[in-house]
Amino acid sequence: MNQPLPNADDVDIVDLRIPCKAEWVALARLSVAAVASRLNFSIDEIEDIKLAVAEACTNAIQHARGSPYIEIKCEAVPSGLRLSIRDFGRGTRPEHIRSREMADERVGGLGVFLIRSLMDDVDFEVHPDQGTLLVMVKRLAV
Amino acid sequence: MQASNRVEKTLDIKVNVREAQGDCYIVELSGEIDVYTSPKVKDAIGDLIDRGVYNLVIDLEKVRYIDSTGLGVLIGGLKRVREHGGSVNLVCTNPQIRKIFDITGLVKIFGIFDSEEAAMQALV
Repeated sequence: MNQPLPNADDVDIVDLRIPCKAEWVALARLSVAAVASRLNFSIDEIEDIKLAVAEACTNAIQHARGSPYIEIKCEAVPSGLRLSIRDFGRGTRPEHIRSREMADERVGGLGVFLIRSLMDDVDFEVHPDQGTLLVMVKRLAV
Repeated sequence: MQASNRVEKTLDIKVNVREAQGDCYIVELSGEIDVYTSPKVKDAIGDLIDRGVYNLVIDLEKVRYIDSTGLGVLIGGLKRVREHGGSVNLVCTNPQIRKIFDITGLVKIFGIFDSEEAAMQALV
C-alpha cells in the first residue's frame, strides 16, 4: 500500500484469474464477453472474442504443464480491447506454436488458427520455464 | 463438496442419441461444447462407432457454442467412420457456428445441412 492508487478514470482494466482447469473456461469466456459488451462490440465480434479467449485458456490447460492458474487481463484501449492471457507452466516452445492448414483433418491444432483468424493482432511470448503470455487485440469497427 | 463439483452442475452438454432410418443414427447435441464438455460428446460418438454405427447425423441446432476441442471430436469421429466406409453429416443453421466451420475449412470435409431430413437423405 506504499504506492498511491490511480484515479478510477485512468483505469480501464478488468483482471481475472481462474484455476487452470477445463471447468473454469466457460467463466472466463463469459466474463470477457461481458467486458466486450461494455465496449460496444457487436454480437458477432463478442462471439469472436469469447472463442479466442476460450482457445487461449484451452491451450494453457492442455500445454502449460504445472500452471496452477491462468490470468486474463482485459484492457480497454482506444482501438478496442486488448486481452493478455498468461499461464505459469512449462510453455510450448515458440517454434511449436503455429496454425494448422485449412481443411487439414488432423484432430487438434485448430486453436491457434482460430485465435489468429478471429483477432486483429496476436502475439505470443513464450518463456519455456515460466509460462506463456498471449496478447491479442480486437479492434472496434470504425 | 469440492469447488469443481459445484461448477459441474452449471455446465453441461446434453446428448440425445436415436436410431433413424437404415443403419443411421442421429446424435442431437444441446448446450455448449468446449474443453470441459467435449469428452462427453466424444464418448457418445465413440460408443456408437464401437457398436458398428458408421453413418451419423450430428444435429448441432441446439448447440450455442463450439470451440476447437468440439471440432476435434467431430473430426475424430469422421475419421473413424470413414475407415469403415461411413460418413458424418452435420445439421447446423447457427451463423456463428457455421462461420467457425467456414474459417477452419471444415465445410470442405463435412456435409452441413439445414435439417435432419436433408442430412439423412445425403447419407443414404
